[in-house]
Amino acid sequence: MTKTVAVIDYGVGNLLSVTRALSHVGCEPALCSDARGLERADRVILPGVGAFADGMAGLDRHGLTEAIRRFADTGRPLLGICLGMQMLLDTSTEFGSNEGLGLIPGSVIAIPNTGADNVPHKIPHIGWNRLLPAAANIENPLLKDLPESASVYFVHSFMADPATPAHRVADCDYDGRRISAVIGRDNIHGCQFHPEKSGPVGLQILRNFVNL
Amino acid sequence: MANIRLIARLDIKGPNLIKGVRLEGLRVIGDPQEYARRYYEAGADELIYMDVVASLYGRNSLTEIVRHTAENVFIPLTVGGGIRSVEDVKLLLRSGADKVCLNTAAIARPELLQEIANRFGSQCVVLSIEAKRKSNGSWECYTDNGREHTERDVLDWAKQAVKLGAGEILLTSIDQEGTRKGFDIDLIRTVSTAVPIPVIASGGMGGIDHLVAAVQDGKADAVAMADILHYKRKDMLAIRAAAKQAGLSVRSL
Repeated sequence: MTKTVAVIDYGVGNLLSVTRALSHVGCEPALCSDARGLERADRVILPGVGAFADGMAGLDRHGLTEAIRRFADTGRPLLGICLGMQMLLDTSTEFGSNEGLGLIPGSVIAIPNTGADNVPHKIPHIGWNRLLPAAANIENPLLKDLPESASVYFVHSFMADPATPAHRVADCDYDGRRISAVIGRDNIHGCQFHPEKSGPVGLQILRNFVNL
Repeated sequence: MANIRLIARLDIKGPNLIKGVRLEGLRVIGDPQEYARRYYEAGADELIYMDVVASLYGRNSLTEIVRHTAENVFIPLTVGGGIRSVEDVKLLLRSGADKVCLNTAAIARPELLQEIANRFGSQCVVLSIEAKRKSNGSWECYTDNGREHTERDVLDWAKQAVKLGAGEILLTSIDQEGTRKGFDIDLIRTVSTAVPIPVIASGGMGGIDHLVAAVQDGKADAVAMADILHYKRKDMLAIRAAAKQAGLSVRSL
């Protein structure tokens, strides 16, 4: 049976790319902008670009904040993408301090504006970077069947800093700075990069999520 | 630094992929979607669609091309040409664009950059600068695909655009564009080392050595190529392999 994948529409981002990529990997995505749509979904994707506070305000306005927490409690898989991943954490320091969904312990902080050698580097971090799976998470089902040195497309100025090291599924390296690329706790997953814009590698990650 | 991005740039006129020399003498190449698909499959890191006459005629015909491209191309898509308002941006993003590229309308009203950045985020605002070298060694901004000069200094404008929320700069040298004689390295380095955001070098790529120079000497964060791909002088896979061989950091496919 085809799984119902709800893509949360709270007024931000390029949702067409996410839904097209999902269709491409053989599922039926449905845009969902209220709590009811989440109740029957087998999988939920929380996309998003832009500022953290705007994203959370968008969820609140659509009555989705509690609905997402309730969905997470059911044990069914949830995937946050980019800002959607960052909102899974407790707080963000972007433009003051803001409360997130609190589904993965930790905070969202600015990417250091220099590399490990203290030489300034470009922010936002834009482009393709290699996934570096954590040794303890090498078997994570989201990373199944990826090629060696799989690279994915990032565009962001802030990054997730999970409080529990075990929740860091994969990082990437930006001039010697480790950036969390994939985070996860039980049925809650997050990708800092855009799987829907990461070519065949990204499509495989979406396929893995749908098949969880 | 991050991996250098290898970007295929597709200039569009009406339904066609076109190519000119110094942004003039446009020749029809073919169906843009077919080329976009081919570049995606050959491992392009991103695509740029630029409607080169949209500013001139005040129309925006790219939406349909973007919509169809986004059906089977799963890499970032930047779209420019004729964008005048936040509403234009919304329409393009909803059609499948990830970023929008502005030149003429941003020069006319710089606050437009800020309005778009506030609404959709800086990550989707690419400032397109069409630069022409002046006799005193600086560069002047042009608009309307290299037709109109503005008396605005390229470096000043780049710095101002960063403050207004531009997230990237597509920097095209009108002098070099379509000549296959290499990028304007001084121009690229001057802008790239002065702004904190990524700079995409555009205009003049004839061979791999030009790409290497744009990155190593020009400090470009990404390179846009058109002619070399459209006329099948080199394919994206070969360019990536050669870039790697030359010591550039590029994505492994």
